[in-house]
Parts: sequence; C-alpha cells; structure tokens
Amino acid sequence: MANSEPVEEHAAVWFQASACSGCVVAALNGVAPTVRDLIVDQIAPGHHVSLKFQPTIMAGSGTVAVDILGATEEAGEGYLLVIDGALPTAAGGLFGRAAGRGGESTMHERALELAEKAAAVVAMGTCAAYGGMHAASPNPTGCVSVTDALAEAGIEKPIVNVAGCPPHPDWFTGTVGHVLLFGLPTADEVDSAGRPKRFFGHLLHDLCQRRGDFEANRFAKSVGEPGCLYELGCKGPWTHADCPEREFNGGLNWCVKAGSPCHGCVEPFFPDVASPIYRKIGLPELPRVALDTGSGRLAVVMRPQPAEDE
Amino acid sequence: MADTQTIRIDPITRIEGHLKVEVVVDAGDVKEAKCSGQMFRGFEMMLLGRDPRDAALLSQRVCGVCPIAHAMASALCLDSAFGVDGQIPDNGRLMRNLIFGSNFIQSHILHFYHLAALDFVDVSAAADYEGADDGLKSLRGFIGRGELAPFMPRYEGDYRLPKEANQQGAAHYVRALEARRIAHEMCAIFGGKMPHQVGIVVGGCTETPTADKIAAFLSKLEWLRRFIDDVYIADVLAVAAAYPDYFGIGAGPKRYLSWGGLDLETKETNLLKRERFFPAGRVGADLTLEAADAEQVAEYVRNSWYDDATSGRKPAEADTVPAPDKESGYSWLKAPRYAGQPHEVGPLARALVAYAAGDEAVKRDVEAVLGRLEAGPEALFSVLGRHAARALEARRLADAMLGWAMALKPGEPVCEWRGVPESGTGRGLTEAPRGSLGHWCEIQDHKLTRYQLVVPTTWNASPKDDEGNPGPMEQAIIGTKIRDPENPFEVVRIVRSFDPCLACSVHMLTPKGREIGRCRVL
Repeated sequence: MANSEPVEEHAAVWFQASACSGCVVAALNGVAPTVRDLIVDQIAPGHHVSLKFQPTIMAGSGTVAVDILGATEEAGEGYLLVIDGALPTAAGGLFGRAAGRGGESTMHERALELAEKAAAVVAMGTCAAYGGMHAASPNPTGCVSVTDALAEAGIEKPIVNVAGCPPHPDWFTGTVGHVLLFGLPTADEVDSAGRPKRFFGHLLHDLCQRRGDFEANRFAKSVGEPGCLYELGCKGPWTHADCPEREFNGGLNWCVKAGSPCHGCVEPFFPDVASPIYRKIGLPELPRVALDTGSGRLAVVMRPQPAEDE
Repeated sequence: MADTQTIRIDPITRIEGHLKVEVVVDAGDVKEAKCSGQMFRGFEMMLLGRDPRDAALLSQRVCGVCPIAHAMASALCLDSAFGVDGQIPDNGRLMRNLIFGSNFIQSHILHFYHLAALDFVDVSAAADYEGADDGLKSLRGFIGRGELAPFMPRYEGDYRLPKEANQQGAAHYVRALEARRIAHEMCAIFGGKMPHQVGIVVGGCTETPTADKIAAFLSKLEWLRRFIDDVYIADVLAVAAAYPDYFGIGAGPKRYLSWGGLDLETKETNLLKRERFFPAGRVGADLTLEAADAEQVAEYVRNSWYDDATSGRKPAEADTVPAPDKESGYSWLKAPRYAGQPHEVGPLARALVAYAAGDEAVKRDVEAVLGRLEAGPEALFSVLGRHAARALEARRLADAMLGWAMALKPGEPVCEWRGVPESGTGRGLTEAPRGSLGHWCEIQDHKLTRYQLVVPTTWNASPKDDEGNPGPMEQAIIGTKIRDPENPFEVVRIVRSFDPCLACSVHMLTPKGREIGRCRVL
C-alpha cells in the first residue's frame, strides 16, 4: 500500500463478544491490503487506523487494557467500533462476562456502552451481523445480533454488516477503507441485510465456476466427484457473496472449488436453515427465500412447501 | 497479612477468548491463583438434532484459531460412528494431515510472535532504527506518528533484550505476519479456506490432489521450513538466553497427557493404538510412559458455574446444568481430571510423551535443548520449555509434511462417502495445537442425539476440582515471585506459555436424547 503524508489517524476499537476469534484470524489473512497495512502502515493512502483496543493482539492486559478502552470512550471524538461475535442476553448477560469500567460487566452491556460513543459500527462476521453460529437453535445463551441489540436499546448508529463465517479479509478492509475514503455506504450501496453490495450483491450460484455443470446437468453424487454440488446440498442458489471470484487465502481456493457444498455462511439464515448442509435444496425452494425487513428485524422468509428430501 | 495483595488481570489479552486471572500475593510470592473462563456458549447443544455430517463443519466454529483440530476430532468421531474408520483412503488421510499440520505451524508462529513475544520483545526499539529492513522502517514510521496502539500501553520494567535483538524481534514480528498467513494459504489449498475450512469431512477429504496443488503447497512449505529454522527457532533461543530464569518459572502439575494425533495409517480403529505422528500416552516428572486411557477422564464442577449434582462424570455420561450465580463457582470452565489428577496438555506434553516413547527426532531435539542449557529435564517444565517445545514441534511437523505431500496420488480416491447410519456412537481423540482434544457423539434415527467435547484449555486453564486441586495453569502460577504487582509480567508470561484458547474450552452437554426444536420455516 502506497504511503503518503500527512496521515490522518482514525481511532478504532475492536470489541469481541461471544465469538470464536475466527473473524480476527480472517482479518490477519489479508493479502492486499495486509494486516500490516491495516495496523502499522496505512489502510488507504493518508489514512491510518489506530487500533486502540483489540484483545487478541494488543500488548496491554488487565487494567492497562481496560483503561485505554475507557479513555477512548471518554475522548468524545468518536471511533469506528468493530464487533465480532453475537451478544448473549440470557441470564442477565452472565453467559458473556466482560471487564467493565470499575468492575464486572457483561459483553451485552459493554457493547451497548461502546456503541453509544462510536461514530459507526462494523458488525464483523455473521454472528455479529445476524447472530450466526452463536445464536444457533436452541440458542441457549440468548445471543442476538448487534443490529437487534442496538435497536432494542434504542441506540441509533450506522451499522455495516460484514457477513461471513468468517468474512473474506477483503470484505472487511474494503468496507473500512470505503468508510475512511468515501464515508459510510449509502442506502443504495448496501443490501436489505445491511451488507455492502460491492461484495454481497450477486448470487453466488451466478458466479460459480461449476455453474456450467449445473446448466448441463453434470452433478457430483458423492464427495470428491467433479460436477456441480447442487445434489450434495450446495446453498449457492440461496447465497449472496463474491467467493467464486475473490476466492480465499490469497485467491487460492474456496468452498465449492474445494469440493464442498456452500453452507450459506454469509446469510442471516446460517446455520439453522442452511443445515443439513448436505440436504439438497428442493426445486420449489429455489425462488422462495427472501429477507424480511418489513418488521425491522432481519429474518429469512421461507414459505412452507412440501419436503423434497431424497 | 499486611503484605497480602490481590492482583486481578481482566482481560488477559493476546490469547484466544475471554480469561480473567486473580492471584493473591503474600510477601512477593503467589499463594493463590484463580483462572476464570468468562464466556459460555452451549455449542454442543446446538449440534443436537442435526445431520451428523454437519458436525465436522459446524463444531469447528467453536474456535477460529484451531478450527481444524475440531473438524479433525469431529471427523474421527464420525468416522467411527459411520463405521468407515478403517477405510479412509490414503489421499484423504494425507490431506487431513496436511491441512491440520499447516494449521499447527500457523498456530505456533502466531502464538510465539503475535501473542507471546510482546512480553519479551520491546518493539519500541524500532524508533531509531537506521537500517534497510522494510518491516522495521514501517514500525519506525508508525512510532514516529505517535499513535502507538495496539503496541502501547503495556506492562513496563522487564524488557531485557539488547537493542539490536529487540529490533530483530520487532522485524520478525512483522515477517511472522506473512509466515502465518502463508501457513493458512497451505490449509486452503486442500481445505478450501481458512479459518473454518471445508475440506475435512467424515470419510476423508473433499479436495482432489493434483500436481499443481501439490507443487503450490510444497513451495509454501519450503518457505516456512526456512522461516522456522532461521527465524522462529533462533528467536526462541534468543529470548531464552535473555530470560533464563523462565526455565525455572511456571512448572505446573508435572503430569502430562497426549491423545496422539496426525494419522500415519487408518487401519487400526482404536485411535489410542493407531500409529500416529504424535504418540499417545501419559507421563509424570520421571518421564516414564504409561498408555493413555480415555476412560480415566472425569469432569468436576464444584468451582464452576454448573450444578454440583453433575460433578465427577465421564465425558460420555456427562450432563451439565449451568448455574451462573453459583456461590462457589468462579469459572465457566469445568475441571477435567485424568485418574483424578490435573494434567497439562499441549506441545510440551506431546514432546515429553514422545520422548518417553523413544521417538528419535524428539529425543534429538530435547537433548539438544538440555545440552545447550546444561540442565536436566526439569528445565523443560517451564515457560521457556513450552515455547521451545512448540518451536521444535513446528520444525518436525514441517519436515514430516514434505513426505506426506509427496505421497499424495492424483486420481486416487479421497473420501469414503456413506449415508448417515440409523444409529451409532463415535469417539474422536486427537491433538490440537494447544493440547489433547476429544469429541464424543451418539446417533439415533440418523440424527445427533449426543455431542460432547473435552478440549485442551479446559485441561490447562481449569479451576480447582472438587478435591481442591488447582488446575495446571493455576499450579504453574502458585509459588511464583512477582517482582512488581503493578506490572505482573510473570503471571501473563506463564498464562501465555500455555497458549490458552478459551472459546473452545467452555461448552455444554445436554441430557441424552433431548429433542431440540428446529425452526426451518419462519
């Protein structure tokens, strides 16, 4: 990444809620920009992200870490808040404890406090964006998405959902870079699930290298066979992401190319509606999935239909 | 008791997950230590009622740092439940090892440089660097701008490396970002993507090996082999030379366990007897090998936030009821014990078990370290012993992976793909980068009716058991001299030497056969 002077510093806080750290590790895997561009050099010419708090990599522990987080909150200058993980709300939030200012707090409470003082929020990964794996049925810890938690608390902040379990690093750096260079995405630039259309604007099925096999009725019947993975349960026809074009880990591979059906991990319906992962999508289901934003809550609408299981 | 003081470190950063540590210091010595897991998720509950094949893909989401270990344990567990455990095609076995081995190397490099090194290496030494190293020039520019997060603030007062060594360490911190990324690219070649790979499934793997993939993999492996030899191991030795007292700090219970891992064959269906790159076994301080027996494991909860009535059960019979307000509880981690005793798991445990089992390469490595130190094996039971074991394990693995990659046969089968059995039980025992990992499952009516995990950090960071025995990490901290309670370097160095991974370690079991409601149609 080309560096330039002067450099504008942008304060950022990465708060980890009920998460697996996969989103953090994914962010480390960026090739262009790299994580070095992100935290040491410049994410875009003239722009440096000053990552005040990031529990997986920050040097300080304990009060040293809690104090810098508190100081960033109190500075009154706003910051970009990145949250990975969903927010546990059951049992008064005790399933996710967190150090607070002046004592014990919960992830749910801290996330809301941090969001109030933030300039904008990036919900990093499907758990933060929609609940994801951590809210999977029967959701014993009452995990909710960042959007739902903020709505419930009446906190109005711009939120961008960088979906994926975990997201492609470009989806994260591209979104942050866009915010720094061009401002928050406009309503036209995000889809109904709050994701940047730049990355999530196309049906994965339409971009897939195996689409030709689908059209020609060449279907893999068993793992390891060539052909379209539709019969093996691929959720590509339900999933919006540019995985086939972008590919993961330096553009080397992605799920379907590696012989695995897409699990739909960028969608609000992941994982409950996406599983059984190897269950073929019945033909009547193909056009019937939509996102319901009418209620103000993201949900998958899938009209009842006769089961088409093999 | 005027000198008694409680030091509370919350959060412990630069680990995976949410951990709090409280130590009671009396006249400079730690008298008590409490490790407290701060998050509970209920992953096992979320797997019940699902298609068993989904477990290998969903259970790995327990942890984004070691997802492959969970995918692998789950696949092994399902292999046995599906009855294909003796029939995994060689290509499937080898690709599993290559995906898994790549992540071991990634995890070890990430741990040393990006999680642990900032306790030993002062990156601020880059401020007046005048040479041509690209990474150091970047750091110098970064420091010059004055916004020092996330490298500052930090604990101060015990950075001992000479300036040039600090600069070198800082340069290698930057270079290691690339090294660990390359290791994940290797995972992706055969596993689709990382984190949360898709290649390891019941029966084998989904990818098909081809010459170009093998060549790409080997090219990256060679780059990493050089990095491990010339940089990683050299840096561990440099840290060891400047902090030699850490060969005497952080011993722990001196009981070590390994389930063994990375299959060298798959005909033997008893995983504890299977020929594996990491041998299975259990050793004490005398390094006499005993066979590992999974029946010896029980989990205790008197000091955990779970109902006391569920304490002392074997994993296959466990039943867990959260009690978030329980008075005697101080952690979401249970306390697994082997034959009633706390055991350390991880790279040091694997090295000591392999040493006791007579593994030649491990013996050479261990004897080289001890020869250099002019010390006996007890020096290995320490903070630096763990770092050294991890680095040397990375090298042995990289060497072995070269052979595994060359043994792949394009065009041959990769997976023994079967339908889901009507019923069955399975057990998958392996080694994650940070220690022994087990998955247990039961299938009825083609669905998962039981799913359980006992994971490495639950062993290492466990709270006291019902007998009052502190967990391994707690034992490692107790007795340590704290030089400066405001900057308790000793505690965080000990904790990080275990490479704790808290996301994995907190989970939940449910009563047998419980039906989980599913919302497929909203």
